[in-house]
Amino acid sequence: MSDVTGKAEKNTVPGTLESRDITKTFGGKAAVDRVTLSLEKGHVYAMLGPNGSGKTTWMKMAAGLIKPTSGLILFESQPVSIESRKKVAYMSTEPYFYSWMSVSDVGLYYQDFFEDFSYDRYTVLLKKMELEETMKTTSLSSGMMAKLKIAVTMARDAAVYMLDEPFNGIDLLARDEIRTAILEYATPDKLLLLSSHLVEEMEAIADRAVFLHHGRLVESVSLEEMREERGLSMADRYRQIYGHGEE
Amino acid sequence: MQYDANAPIWLQVMSSLELDMVTGKRPPGEKLPGGRDLAVQYGINPNTASRVYQELERKGLCETRRGLGTFVTTDGARLEGLRREMAQRAVSQFLSSMDHLGISRTEAARMILEEEKICQT
Repeated sequence: MSDVTGKAEKNTVPGTLESRDITKTFGGKAAVDRVTLSLEKGHVYAMLGPNGSGKTTWMKMAAGLIKPTSGLILFESQPVSIESRKKVAYMSTEPYFYSWMSVSDVGLYYQDFFEDFSYDRYTVLLKKMELEETMKTTSLSSGMMAKLKIAVTMARDAAVYMLDEPFNGIDLLARDEIRTAILEYATPDKLLLLSSHLVEEMEAIADRAVFLHHGRLVESVSLEEMREERGLSMADRYRQIYGHGEE
Repeated sequence: MQYDANAPIWLQVMSSLELDMVTGKRPPGEKLPGGRDLAVQYGINPNTASRVYQELERKGLCETRRGLGTFVTTDGARLEGLRREMAQRAVSQFLSSMDHLGISRTEAARMILEEEKICQT
């Protein structure tokens, strides 16, 4: 809060992911517009906003997959880079497995890519998600595919996990499994960032919410404080911001 | 557990644990799940789970023994106080519903006794 130096090399806070006045334009249109935001370890953040509000673009910049047009995106006070990608796990909404892969191939593929990937942890997660290693990825239902993406992402021992739409297209029971997996890995030394249209799914598991609108940051709030002080749920606040009751 | 997302979740989980203590589902001296286990079991954020224990401890309803975990208090008076407090809350809720329906306190009391009689026969 008390940033007076404004320099990237102030005291390094482990596990902090931060954007400073970050903008990303696509064809002259700002997908993310001057967002300054700091996320800390030990929290589960829900990143919210309708389609086109900038959630995925922000996450992709934090993951180091796309570069900001202007502004800084920092992990532990250093600009996001190949180095930070070793500690930041990101699950995108797009499917990204080759069609010839089995569930075990997906794990081996990740093991090649990421030093922090644990095949044992992957096996545990597969069991929880009721997936078999021998299954072909092409034979998976959309719900099973969604669970596989989460299992392979969470099998990394990263400092930051960013899951873009982890609950999309998934039935109620599988959502419970995913929620449990997320909570089991939400330790004080980890930072979790989840985006979802299914706001209700995240009410109890997230402790903070980040609201984006047209690429701009609306607010970053503590959910329990909002309930205690204003009697508002995350869904209520969502309706206030994006619905007709805009303040 | 289903939560009312408009009310603090730590409060709802705490009430549920308090009810377990009063009804004997979690008897005095019993070990409570660790903070992280509580989070997973109740499907809540781990920080919310820590808050639950902080508040329970503040009310003297549980105690943390270093290295051993958190336990339900063995202080019978505390638990009895909690039972009274919960009963009092139920009565207030009942009375406020009755007020809302325009039924006087005397009438409400008479209705309780009436109900009692019906149940006994």
